[in-house]
Amino acid sequence: MSTTQPSRTPAPSTASTAPRPAVPGTLQATMLVAEREVVTQLRSKSFLISAAVLLLGVLAAIVLGSVLSGRETDPTRVAVVPEVASMVAESEGLEGVPASDDAAARALVENEEVEAAVIPDSSAGVLGIRVLALDSVPEDVLAALSATPEVELLGDEAPGFGLRFLVSLAFGLVFMMTAMTFGGTIAQNTVQEKQSRIVEILLSSVSARALLAGKILGNSVLAFAQTAALAAVSVAGLMVIGQDEMLGTLGSPLVWFALFFVVGFVLLAAIFAASASLVSRIEDTGPVLTPVMMMTMAPYFLVIFFNDNDTVLRIASFFPVSAPVAMPVRLFLGEAAWWEPLVALGILGVTTVAVIAVGAKIYERSLLRLGGRVKLTEALREA
Amino acid sequence: MLRLDGIHRSYGDRLVLDDVNFGVERGRLTGFVGGNGAGKTTTMRIILGVLTPDSGEVTMDGRPLDAEGRRAFGYMPEERGLYPKMRVAEQLTYLARLHGYDRGVADRRARELLESLDLGERADDNLEDLSLGNQQRVQIAASLVHDPEVLILDEPFSGLDPMAVDTVVGVLTERAARGVPVLFSSHQLDVVERLCDDVVVIAGGQVRAAGGREELRERYAEPRYEISSAGDMGWLRAEPGVQVVDFAGGWALFDADEETAQRVVRTAISQAPLLEFTPVRPTLAEIFRDIVRDESETSGTAAGEAPAPDLNEQHETIEEPVR
Repeated sequence: MSTTQPSRTPAPSTASTAPRPAVPGTLQATMLVAEREVVTQLRSKSFLISAAVLLLGVLAAIVLGSVLSGRETDPTRVAVVPEVASMVAESEGLEGVPASDDAAARALVENEEVEAAVIPDSSAGVLGIRVLALDSVPEDVLAALSATPEVELLGDEAPGFGLRFLVSLAFGLVFMMTAMTFGGTIAQNTVQEKQSRIVEILLSSVSARALLAGKILGNSVLAFAQTAALAAVSVAGLMVIGQDEMLGTLGSPLVWFALFFVVGFVLLAAIFAASASLVSRIEDTGPVLTPVMMMTMAPYFLVIFFNDNDTVLRIASFFPVSAPVAMPVRLFLGEAAWWEPLVALGILGVTTVAVIAVGAKIYERSLLRLGGRVKLTEALREA
Repeated sequence: MLRLDGIHRSYGDRLVLDDVNFGVERGRLTGFVGGNGAGKTTTMRIILGVLTPDSGEVTMDGRPLDAEGRRAFGYMPEERGLYPKMRVAEQLTYLARLHGYDRGVADRRARELLESLDLGERADDNLEDLSLGNQQRVQIAASLVHDPEVLILDEPFSGLDPMAVDTVVGVLTERAARGVPVLFSSHQLDVVERLCDDVVVIAGGQVRAAGGREELRERYAEPRYEISSAGDMGWLRAEPGVQVVDFAGGWALFDADEETAQRVVRTAISQAPLLEFTPVRPTLAEIFRDIVRDESETSGTAAGEAPAPDLNEQHETIEEPVR
């Protein structure tokens, strides 16, 4: 066995004689960790594709929805003889096609050039007209022609059931999807760092708190950016289809939703990270993440199932986990007094701070515990 | 110099480190040798502060180590881990930035380091696209990128081909030459033997031997000599005070005290031209086996077990080095 050193020329010196740079502070380290999270995620093809699909999907849903439901924007063509032309002209959604007499009108219907024909008929009740159609009752024509009394609402106009349901669904879905996607990313990155032991290298230069804060910050920024993009696409979609008056009703609840979303997401993110830090392998994440997954889905199901149950919605709107969805829904429905969102936001904020404190402790204590799953009680016990 | 004094550590009821004391001197490569489960990784994690000892102290130049002091350490954990989906140079830059280097400097350091490890052209590939041996080199680079003042490497050579071992050794030697204490563990005793200046042997949680490589070989050397002559060495068997271990014509391996050995040399020269005469010193692997064998024997009696322990049981406690 040779005892000579390998005769390789020493590697070029990468060390300058300059003094070591100062160790970054917690804030600076947090920003570095956050930056890495964002850059890595933005480089990931699967993230970009799913985000693009989501945005296009929402845009398509809005535009297609209006195209499918909004055919009345195309006036229905109706043949009309001169005697009753004024009636059709007054009706919204109908376009009169002049016909010289009854027979001409009938011919237009039979040739399918028009949807229906309106001809005078003195024997036919108060309206004195008869509607001709080919093989089905032309509901839209009848609706346009029928007389409805004027309605005066004494209070503010309440959103219809459909819209109410739709808005609840939208808030619930956006919050759940975002929290799941980015909370899941936080959990996955946490376990991956633990599994690959890079955490041992990282912790030699940054504190566990900075690592946790950076992860939450980075993913929160991405979550908000994606949600903002979603909102922008929705607004653009609504403008394109000319539904911008709906934005007026949604405006203030949307602002509240944004506020609740920010705080609520941070709360869930902290829970995701702390839960994930308890295990050392990706395969073991299932059981520890189940509770937080349920917490993430709960508000969605609450607002869907109890959409018209005021009591449940009221309670849910103050409960920290469901408040981000339930409170904006109640605001949209006009059911919440001005002080209620403030109180709910306060409760949520306090809870979030408390959970981050506990979560950071769990995270700190579990991060270097490799092997089996760390019991929650062990992680919380004073070391 | 990095020193460990009186380190104890248990996992539950199991004592894994029992009064561990040794030092890692500046400017020297120190090899840390031991069987599986001997306590190497636990010791290294304690040095790094990843684990806390139950008792004992780790000091650097006489001062107790704190988190601040450990920031200047370079560490390569036994279980390799970096971000698989991150580009090689970027990971290194990221780690350097976490140590306070600004982006430009960090990037330049990362690339220079990769260059010196012959990985220059893989700098912008994702880590997972590299071969295992190359990933290993990136891992080593990760422990070096912030210009550490102390280097702790857990099995840095496992999985490297001989060329890569030489490259890495070159980089480590260069760091040591700058006055950095370097401690690395290895199962590959021949590699340790070839590279390190000092050796620490650990078995059963206790340091069994520590010191300079040559000093250790000297200490564990039996009075054994190798002789080679142009003539036949058959007469050696009849020589008083000589125990012939091996023999083949003009070549012989024998045990004798120094005086007898000198007499043998004179006799040999008087009979035929002498070709070779050397004192034989044990290889590290041999020393290691001796130590571990002793350890398993003493532990059997120390624990007050039955006077004639079951052979099978005893076999289980013998930790053979993995080569």
